[in-house]
Amino acid sequence: MTIPPGGVCAPGSTLVNKTGGWRTFKPVYDYDKCIKCKLCELLCPDASIDPRDDGFFEFNYDFCKGCGICANECPKGAIEMVLEEK
Amino acid sequence: MRRDYEKEKKDMVVVEGSYAVASAVKACRPNVISAYPITPQTHIVEELSQFIADGEIPNCEYVMVESEFSALSALVGSSAAGARSYSATTSQGLELMHEVLFNVSGMRLPVVMTIANRAVSAPINIWNDQQDSISQRDTGWIQLYAEDTQEISDMTAQAFKIGEDPDILLPVMTCMDGFILSHVYEPVVLLDDDLVAEYLPPFEPELKLDPKNPKTFGAFADPNSYTEFRYLQQQAMDKALKKIEDAADEFYDLFGRYYGGLIDTYETDDADIILMAMGSIVGTIKDVVDKLRAKGVKVGLLKVRSFRPFPVEAIHNVIKDAKVVVALDKNISIGLNEGALFTETKATLYNTKIDVPVIGFMIGQGGRDIPVETIENIVDEAKKVIDSGITVESQFTDLKEELL
Ligand code: SF4
Ligand code: SF4
Repeated sequence: MTIPPGGVCAPGSTLVNKTGGWRTFKPVYDYDKCIKCKLCELLCPDASIDPRDDGFFEFNYDFCKGCGICANECPKGAIEMVLEEK
Repeated sequence: MRRDYEKEKKDMVVVEGSYAVASAVKACRPNVISAYPITPQTHIVEELSQFIADGEIPNCEYVMVESEFSALSALVGSSAAGARSYSATTSQGLELMHEVLFNVSGMRLPVVMTIANRAVSAPINIWNDQQDSISQRDTGWIQLYAEDTQEISDMTAQAFKIGEDPDILLPVMTCMDGFILSHVYEPVVLLDDDLVAEYLPPFEPELKLDPKNPKTFGAFADPNSYTEFRYLQQQAMDKALKKIEDAADEFYDLFGRYYGGLIDTYETDDADIILMAMGSIVGTIKDVVDKLRAKGVKVGLLKVRSFRPFPVEAIHNVIKDAKVVVALDKNISIGLNEGALFTETKATLYNTKIDVPVIGFMIGQGGRDIPVETIENIVDEAKKVIDSGITVESQFTDLKEELL
């Protein structure tokens, strides 16, 4: 790729830059506790939580930065932050 | 400098420097102007807002903002959308833009901004020196310095031409000494609209914000590509060296006025002592050169028009045969006890095996007057360096010991 002046690019470029590699902790669901309230999906600053057909949610680890906001905000404690392993 | 004053006389009008700049901006047909008034820049943007209100600049919008940070931020958007964009500021206002200055340059937006140079706080001081723009030297803006009001007026058209060139695409600061040039009334030939239209083509960037063909500006660059962005900016600066000279030459062909490209020289050919400076002090130095030449002193002047890109080669070629070079700076890098022109000039000589002593004087800070006698004293100091070989590297000028 050659860089255009100013690095101007087509829309959607953020899909190519997978920012999940920065993560130290990753969020993990405990679906037994989840009440499908949707708060985690709404509050994730990186839009890294996707809805599933069954009403639950799942993480898109390609973009989740591991900030822990979802775990902090979940009213049921259904998300745990666990240390990433190699 | 090449000008035919006799020919120009019939077209000259006596106007304030700020009016000459505003009138030049008008002739350049900007699409968006955004600025926050601050002394001594105020008259420039007052005149421009009046022009727009009177319908004298068609297809141009004046964006009123609450600060200089917003003024330049607004122009990031307008310039990215393909609008010819202009602002003016000074001192604290320019320092408040610091963060945005990097963005404008990094996004390669050819905004043009006039700086009415002024000292920075604290202590509060509204008078002229060049600390404000020099402090922004590493932001990736081209920086040009004008000697008089005619030059700052003409430089405005050159700035758009240089910055908007597809090979360059860099923002340009045109710097004029606050009050000394911004508030002085002197005879000026205002830029002719038709000639400027011939000189300056419309701004048509290849890449711009367009809803029909969406683009992302100012995107993210990780460690894999950030270095390359900086490299490309530096390359554009290198190309600007030639473009600045071409813009001055083309301007001369059409308008018949020339003040130098990257630099200009005055009586330097056989000079033992060469004084280097930027801005309006150059005029005073020319008088001193005339006076001392009449007494047989071999002294000359090197006027630096372009401080960024810094014209290493052009300066080197002029000063290499001198016995001593003196850099006069209306700024200081505190902690190094040097002005920027002095530091950069020394750097251009190192590694070339040319051993010309360079001495520096910090002068005219906070609007302190620079009389002819002060320059003469500096030349005397330079003579001492030739005689003794002892170099006192850099010093404040005319310090009032009784206040210390
Ligand atoms: S850890 Fe942060 S980034 Fe990852 S899913 Fe939760 S809120 Fe989103
Ligand atoms: S915030 Fe907690 S309870 Fe609500 S949907 Fe997300 S995981 Fe389930």
